[in-house]
Amino acid sequence: MSKIHVSTTINGDTAEFLCDPRETLLDVLRDRLGLTGAKEGCGTGDCGACSVTLDGRLVCSCLVLGAEAEGREIATVEGIAPGEELHPLQRKFIEHAALQCGICTPGILVAAKALLEKNPDPTETEVRYWLAGNLCRCTGYDKIIRAVMDAAAEMREAA
Amino acid sequence: MALDEYKPQKGGDELEQGHAFKYVGTRPDRPDGTDKVTGRARFGADITAPGMLHGAILRSPHAHARIVSIDTAKAEALDGVKAVVTRADFSDAIQPAPGMAGEMWNVLENVMAGDKALYDGHAIAAVAATSALTARDAVKLIEVTYEVLPHVTDVDAAMADDAPVIRDGTADKSVPPGLHPNVVRYHQSGHGDVATGFAEADLVIEDSFTTEATHQGYIEPHACLGILGGDGKGELWCCTQGHWNVQKICAALLDLETSQLRVTASEIGGGFGGKTTVFIEPVALALSRKANKPVKLVMSRAEVFRATGPTASTSMDIKIGMNKDGTITAAQGVFRAQGGAFPGAPMEFTAMCAFAPYNLANVHQVGYDVMTNRPKQAAYRAPGSPMAAFAVESVIDELCNQLGLDPLEVRLKNASREGTRASYGPKFQRIGLVETIEAAMAHPHYSAPLEPGQGRGISCGFWFNHGGETSVTLALSEDGSAQIMVGTPDIGGSRSSMALMAAEVLGIPYENIRVTVADTASLGYNEVSHGSRVTYASGLATIKAAEAAVRELCRRAAAKWGIEEDAVYWEDGYAKPSGPNAGDFEPLHISKITRRMGATGGPINGHFEATPEGAGVSFATHIVDAEVDPETGSTKVVRYTVVQDAGKAIHPTYVEGQFQGGAAQGIGWALNEEYIYGADGRLQNAGFLDYRIPVASDLPMIDTVIVEVPNPGHPYGVRGVGETSICPPLAAIANAVSAAAGVRMRNLPMSPPRILAALEEQSGG
Amino acid sequence: MRYLSPASFDDAIAQAAQAPGVTRFLAGGTDVLVQMRADIVTPDTLIDIKKIPGTHDIARAPDGGWTIGVAVTGAEMREHVDLGADWPGLVEAMDLIGSTQVQGRATLTGNLCNASPAADSVPAMIAAGVTLTVTGPEGSRTVAAEDIPTGPGQTSLARGELVTAVHIPPRGAGGGDAYLRFIPRTEMDIAVVGCGVNLTVEGDTITAARVALGAVAPTARLAPQAASAIIGTTLDDAALDALAAAASAACAPIDDKRGTVKFRTHIAGVLARRAAKIAYDRARKAQ
Repeated sequence: MSKIHVSTTINGDTAEFLCDPRETLLDVLRDRLGLTGAKEGCGTGDCGACSVTLDGRLVCSCLVLGAEAEGREIATVEGIAPGEELHPLQRKFIEHAALQCGICTPGILVAAKALLEKNPDPTETEVRYWLAGNLCRCTGYDKIIRAVMDAAAEMREAA
Repeated sequence: MALDEYKPQKGGDELEQGHAFKYVGTRPDRPDGTDKVTGRARFGADITAPGMLHGAILRSPHAHARIVSIDTAKAEALDGVKAVVTRADFSDAIQPAPGMAGEMWNVLENVMAGDKALYDGHAIAAVAATSALTARDAVKLIEVTYEVLPHVTDVDAAMADDAPVIRDGTADKSVPPGLHPNVVRYHQSGHGDVATGFAEADLVIEDSFTTEATHQGYIEPHACLGILGGDGKGELWCCTQGHWNVQKICAALLDLETSQLRVTASEIGGGFGGKTTVFIEPVALALSRKANKPVKLVMSRAEVFRATGPTASTSMDIKIGMNKDGTITAAQGVFRAQGGAFPGAPMEFTAMCAFAPYNLANVHQVGYDVMTNRPKQAAYRAPGSPMAAFAVESVIDELCNQLGLDPLEVRLKNASREGTRASYGPKFQRIGLVETIEAAMAHPHYSAPLEPGQGRGISCGFWFNHGGETSVTLALSEDGSAQIMVGTPDIGGSRSSMALMAAEVLGIPYENIRVTVADTASLGYNEVSHGSRVTYASGLATIKAAEAAVRELCRRAAAKWGIEEDAVYWEDGYAKPSGPNAGDFEPLHISKITRRMGATGGPINGHFEATPEGAGVSFATHIVDAEVDPETGSTKVVRYTVVQDAGKAIHPTYVEGQFQGGAAQGIGWALNEEYIYGADGRLQNAGFLDYRIPVASDLPMIDTVIVEVPNPGHPYGVRGVGETSICPPLAAIANAVSAAAGVRMRNLPMSPPRILAALEEQSGG
Repeated sequence: MRYLSPASFDDAIAQAAQAPGVTRFLAGGTDVLVQMRADIVTPDTLIDIKKIPGTHDIARAPDGGWTIGVAVTGAEMREHVDLGADWPGLVEAMDLIGSTQVQGRATLTGNLCNASPAADSVPAMIAAGVTLTVTGPEGSRTVAAEDIPTGPGQTSLARGELVTAVHIPPRGAGGGDAYLRFIPRTEMDIAVVGCGVNLTVEGDTITAARVALGAVAPTARLAPQAASAIIGTTLDDAALDALAAAASAACAPIDDKRGTVKFRTHIAGVLARRAAKIAYDRARKAQ
């Protein structure tokens, strides 16, 4: 089965890969590009652990084909920290213990970052519904919601 | 905690009285935080090896079928396929045996089917190929001829006379004669005379309850990378709660010497008991041995649901007598649990935990372990206890309602205390149930007004907690920093707790300590991270290992100063002269000693190995408000408060996290989660779409109160906290929903159709 | 599997016509990719229509209605202020599908052509009177939304045909719509029952109405008796009772893992009542 050549941009860097047409963007990120931050929790768009942005739009990378990345801009958890410093969301997640096992954390950070870019001052309910597609089995979400709200507040002050 | 590893805890007198803590009880950032927020942390599926193949497993579509033949020729002929394995590629030295005595055979049988497929999803064969897609394609080319057999998936149906027999001869000697061969183990315990107790009661309520099987629901599917050569030497990387257990089982299943298999635990994306055993790990190794290349195996979510351990489903009968003043006069329970096609449903834990919160003169409990055509149950967070609490606390709630008594007052009146003879036998040491009930009574939640349509429920819960085999090594570096090797995978921030406890002993900053989860070749044996044992047992071992290092540090200081060893004491990171020598020498900082340790006697390490048996039991009391929409039967949890005894909270934020996580899982179990089997015996909801764990918008903030009644079995008073938090929620929510809906809910989950049906039945419709 | 991304509908149709075996069109992929992952269907040819010009556009039609490109996502619909002002029920129905992540990909057309009886946007589309342009080797035709699905996973589209545009009628004065569904959780579930109501008022009186139900029959369906029950009324209690009874009577559901016949039939009435109230309030405010 012939492979497809794809040129794309990931976290600001150009990337090229060959993929089987059946491979998802998640497969490509993890298995071909070594970006294992996005996780496969379900492969069917139900858990959000594979969240990335595609041209700025939050998506499940398991529901995007690798071939569809051609000419698009992809952002993953690996690109959230601007440099040596962590992004405020990342800092607040650590500070609030918004993770226990940490498997859902990359997806939640990508999703939360997309939320705050769209809505810098979300209510608790808005955060809960925005993140409803990001399953966490450890925390009961309490500390996650607090961390997102606190990061939003800090980012508003800094802005 | 697996059934065969349960040991009644003897208690202890380890507690250091009057300890003024400097680090313990603070809330520093977890040491692995940056790894986990940047995507850098490596979980089970995140590792690769040069030349690696990908595996895939063929699974039975039938609930119960004889495997007539397996033809792998077409799969083997597919370009890129390097190995196909079946049961013939595993040990034939392991033999079946009745009850839990046959557990190693049961694990083997579960990992790869033998003569029969025993449940929908049972592994039949596996393939390794050059790509994951090729492996999946190849699996479809394996041709299996099945002779489909009658099946049974319900616990009560499996005990009926006409139920298909899953495996005759599995019952052990505990089972009374005359029961169906699917009843494989039996338990009874208690004390006093329940008949007399019931006769004395002003009110006796007898009722029946059921709970469905629920899955641990960890977000990370099982994943591993196995490398095994024809020389019998191998390496395995996997997400597990206990890699020594993985090592032991894989070695047995593949006829290896245990020490020749080195197992490394990856970061683990949730386990909750479900990653305490093996599923795919021996398969990856068998494929690797056959292909002579590394093999990676990763389960799909559907495979996780179909073929890894959910918890048991139960059917329970409870009878409790109470006097008008709230005194419980007698209590009796019958607990039937199915744990899939193997012995091991934790019915004795269910029975033993059921009445443990209460000081009862007359109590009797009976348990039945029943086999069905379902996947082999695995431990799930306080296995067996939440179901028992649901049934028992529902009946107590009903007694309180009918007698017009305050439910917390009644719990307080009957509460187990220090010296109480537990319903399951031993006398309790210092315990904190009373303190949790009193804190719940004092909490503003308990007296807050309810909105129309809302109901409030409360429940107490109990879990044993566990010690277990533990090894810890601590090594000091020349700059005075410390590294700790523990063998218990960090499933929820335990590296933090270990570092805090070591900092406390050594008197060096938390940040100067690195905690590593060592592989099986780098440390002595460690039991699985289960039974809420990590902060207790690895914590105790860490403290003792650090104390051993401190003793050596003092010895070096004494030698330098030329005084007796016992004339040196350790404080805040310094060796100091004491007694007659006090003030004679400048205190010596740890870094001054370690810098010269090579020349003064060699490296300074501390280690500790033991099987501590002082894990203090723990109790919790939960309060929950629920709102029921009478038109749709939909329930919303509007307020939730967890009160639990932690003994001593080492890192309070992570203790709160355990409380909240247990409550959230309980909410899912109570309201929506269940294994749904069709008439064909196939699992109908093998995905997160229809196996409905709570999402962020389903839940309120979960308030927590940490009660600290020190455990005498730990130097700092620690009790495990991970499991007890899931014991009260099913009952507390059931009591809240029953109050809100005005009808007693006896079957979990309390799904909207069930609530509507109950309302209709009550109104005679 | 072959992956093709044609630059025009003509090319897409030609490719589909020539493709052997199973062909699927790829818009948002939130159903196709799930079916591939679950080994339900792996197409021999997958034709990605997202590179076709115009498929991402939301445009006001000359008649005052709307034309929605077949690759427009739920998130894009939600962000379109004017569309949401005209057809809040339809936009909310689309928005209920899946997570924020799924909203970034899922499309109205995909939701319709996947032909799930429980598809959230479909009762809202039917109630709104949405029509589709269906184009194939033989040319184009206009089809009502309710005539696309013919059974679970089955559509009336012929081989080589695909939906090339979605048409929403002009809202007009005094119009309002609403869609509600019942799910056990607050998010992320498939509808156990869905109900779309679209109505027009003059003063306080309902002059026209369409009621559609989802997940209570092999396809989402119109419930004309339910609509009749409220036309000519001011949505008083008697009208609401008649609406609920007619909605329940229009159900022909099955027992499955998500709900029972009895539960679905009952809930259809509850939702019809609640959705009608919302649509009615919206319509009165839109006069």
